[in-house]
Order: sequence, then C-alpha cells, then structure tokens
Amino acid sequence: MPRIIVEVMPKPEILDPQGKAIASALPHLGFTDFSSVRQGRRFELTVDGEITEQILASARTAAAEMLSNPVIEDVISVRVDDEDAA
Amino acid sequence: MSTETPLIGDFHAAPAANPLGGARIGVVTFPGTLDDRDAARAVRLGGGTAVPLWHADESLQNVDAIVLPGGFSYGDYLRAGAIARFAPMMNKIIAAATAASGTRLPVLGICNGFQMLTESHLLPGSMVKNDHLKFLCRDQVLRVENTSTPWTSQFTEDELIAVPLKNQDGQYLADPATLEALEAEGRVVFRYVGENPNGSRNGIAGVTNETHNVVGLMPHPEHAVEAGYGPDDATGMRSGTDGLTIFTSVIASLAGGAQ
Repeated sequence: MPRIIVEVMPKPEILDPQGKAIASALPHLGFTDFSSVRQGRRFELTVDGEITEQILASARTAAAEMLSNPVIEDVISVRVDDEDAA
Repeated sequence: MSTETPLIGDFHAAPAANPLGGARIGVVTFPGTLDDRDAARAVRLGGGTAVPLWHADESLQNVDAIVLPGGFSYGDYLRAGAIARFAPMMNKIIAAATAASGTRLPVLGICNGFQMLTESHLLPGSMVKNDHLKFLCRDQVLRVENTSTPWTSQFTEDELIAVPLKNQDGQYLADPATLEALEAEGRVVFRYVGENPNGSRNGIAGVTNETHNVVGLMPHPEHAVEAGYGPDDATGMRSGTDGLTIFTSVIASLAGGAQ
C-alpha cells in the first residue's frame, strides 16, 4: 500500500523535556557520543490506490492542522514513502 | 444562598427550591474524561443545575455555560486535547463561544479541558510535558489576577486560593509576543504562587480570551468545593473550598445578565 510519511518535531526554541531525559539516560548505557537528543513523531498515512498530488496536498493540510500543533511543533516533511515502491 | 450544603455522599438531586437553580451549566464527557462528575457536583454545590453533555452529540441543550473537565480525553493520543477538539460537541462549543452577535457562551476548561481550548485555538499557547517530566499531584496556591471574567467575578483582585494540581502535561508555553500581549491585556487569570510546579512561562496557571468568556486553567477548582475533600486550610485538614467561588461566580454572572 502506498504511504505518505509525515514528520513532526518540537520547535527548536522549545525545550524538549523528553529528549532531554533520553539524552541524560544514554550515558548510563555506555552511549557517550551524543550531546543532545530531540524527540519527534513520524506518522504513516496509508492510501488505498495511487497517491495523487491532491492526496499529498490533503496530507500537508492534515499535517499542519491536526498532526502538529503550530504553537509548539514544526512539520519537518510530508513525502511519499519510497521504500515500498519496489 | 440559604441552600444547605448537601451531606457528603448524598447523591440526591440538588434542592429544587434553589433560587439560582435556573442556571444550566453543561459538563461535557469525552471518552477518557475523569472529572466530569466532580465538575457536575461543583456546579450543584455552587447553586446551579449540571447538564451532562456527551462529546458525540451536537446539541448544547440550551445550557448557559460550559465546563470542559479534566482527564485524558481519547487517551491523550496525538497531543493532550488534540482529538477532543474535533468532537461534534466541541464544534458547537467553539461556535457558541465565539458567536459574532449576542452573548458569547462562557466556557471553562480545567486541565485536559484547558488543553482542548488551546488545541481549539479558543485560548492562545499550548501545554507540553512538565519540565521535570513527572506527574505532579499536590495542593497549589494560585493568585487570581483577573476578576472580570464570568468565572472569577466573585474573587477579589489578587486573592490567593488553594486548589489541587494534578497533571503531567502542565507546562504552559506561548511565543514571547503572545506572552507579552497576555500580560499587557491582563489576560493571565491565575498565576502559580511559590515554586513554579511545571515550568510554565511566567508562572501562568490560567488565561482568558480577548472577550473574557473563555477561561482555561491547569489546576482543579472542582476538587476544592466541599469541606472534607479539599486542600488543608486554616480551619482544618481538607477544609479548603476555594474552588467553589469559580462556580458561584459564573452562576451569579448568568443571573445578573449577559457578561
């Protein structure tokens, strides 16, 4: 099934408490190479049939109006999932 | 009010002789709402009639005001309050709260209800996880800084009240321009007193909209309405009923005509 991938991240200026907690836990497991972590979300929107430009536009609107909250989050990308194309 | 406070555990309907009983306050239940019964009880103890409303219904049943109670609507999936925003009942509430003509419906959002109001853009800003990442439950002192809303009209300016606070996503955020406008326009209704419990910007616990009919706050006034179940106060353990004034305020505002 064709899929659209939407990625949403907390805005850079907003402290990401979850990312901070993960960053402080990593060294406890021996992962010492990472100075900071930010946690976001990835949505996979499955489409029955072909992904048209219209469907992609509709995904962009959904990403802006529902999947993200513009006060605290940015939509990083809305794209067709190529991995399943083969 | 001459009405006697009903006994604890008395589940009978509020006395019919109540002179302000005509004020009908809708309390909306969503899947995952926790505090709807406490909110309805607070309405009754405040002297009003609580009208249960269901998220999937579209009729406001001619209520005079709305309470969006706390909890975890739709499991807080996506973001707290984000799915609730799209409920049929919310569309009706948004329309009634922002009506271009006539009286705008007074709406109070508590905790998850506040999160719904920001997700609906009825109130500015948003909530994210507490800066210390923990769920926090404690009695919290607030300063009432705006007494011009129908929900706070019976408080005195800068009155200190104690009500329970219990949440995980309680950190109030807004961009600097919005914060400046909120402060300049006196739209911060409640502010945390003492140590900031969750990292909220400017210690903001509750705000109102430009027309002052919509108020949201993170702490829970509906849990401080009945002696025996409220926060500790000077008169004894669990005796605090500071939250009740929110509910008597709106009922008095409604009885006094359009706000």
